[in-house]
Amino acid sequence: MSNYANPEVLVSTQWVDEHKNDANLVIAEVDVDTKAYEEGHVPGAIGWNWQTQLCDTLQRDIIKKADLEALMSSSGISNDKMVVLYGDNNNWFAAWAFWQLKMYGHKDIRIMNGGRKKWLAESRGLTKDAPAPKRASYKASEPDQALRAYLPQVQTAYRASDTVLVDVRSGDEFTGKILSPPGLPETCQRGGHIPGAKSIPWAQACNDDGTFKSLEDLQALYAGKGVTADKSVIAYCRIGERSSHTWFVLKYLLGYKNVKNYDGSWTEWGNLVGAPVER
Amino acid sequence: MLKSENYRTTMRVIEGVTISITSYKIGEQFYCHVTNSDPGATIARAEATTSQEDAEQIAQAKAIEKLTHK
Repeated sequence: MSNYANPEVLVSTQWVDEHKNDANLVIAEVDVDTKAYEEGHVPGAIGWNWQTQLCDTLQRDIIKKADLEALMSSSGISNDKMVVLYGDNNNWFAAWAFWQLKMYGHKDIRIMNGGRKKWLAESRGLTKDAPAPKRASYKASEPDQALRAYLPQVQTAYRASDTVLVDVRSGDEFTGKILSPPGLPETCQRGGHIPGAKSIPWAQACNDDGTFKSLEDLQALYAGKGVTADKSVIAYCRIGERSSHTWFVLKYLLGYKNVKNYDGSWTEWGNLVGAPVER
Repeated sequence: MLKSENYRTTMRVIEGVTISITSYKIGEQFYCHVTNSDPGATIARAEATTSQEDAEQIAQAKAIEKLTHK
């Protein structure tokens, strides 16, 4: 992990096992499967539900600032604490949480490399007991809009030569063969992709054990498709969570300076009247 | 302290969809998660107290039901 652009954002399962009781950190599990936490989790870890706690449940948006402050406070997280995030499926939604916490300016956030999958595969200790954190005081910053792309920006960016769009959905979603991954609701009117976008499915950044690929492999993966550090990059998927994983890889592991997550993603673009679509 | 035991993942194609079947035991309970292989979202899950194979069979039956009535 040492030669990534920002190696400090990753911690190993071994490190978490050794430091899980440290007073200066809070461990949070965020899973695709919101029931997985209850099966057993890292001792001391709190569980966050991405469907109810990491979004605005009324209008489509990221979590509100006041709600984020309340969540952090009730989770025992003060501004100076380290937050270690992990989750199932290659840390898919841990990255979603990471993106939102960075939007609101939390300084010290790490991802446990390999996530829940690696922790379980290594038969490390688990508990079914949820901790009862002592409330903390938390003040979030205003959202850092440099980390997020909105529709008007994408409508301009896809034509710009200095910007590259990365579609991180599956190949079949990219080509329009399917409108959504099997088993998930079809939330768009048209299949395909934003013109000019490069197809690099998000999980290609991970090894079989859930850890991130090496710096060299990641450089080859993205640069091989023209996604290079000299360009502005906008990542998108269906609703913006898979693309937060790619955003994390590009910004923190590869150190690209200008990377945004377009969380409107295909559920926005693929429903727009008159929006250009490629297949 | 609880630990995960016999963590294993296999792949299978159901109704033309490649699925991932992951199962393990924690404590006295067996768990199985069936996900679409890409992106890995949950299609079905199951628990069993009898065996890991039972958890896998229940979860796969649920997945088949869901994928055939999509």
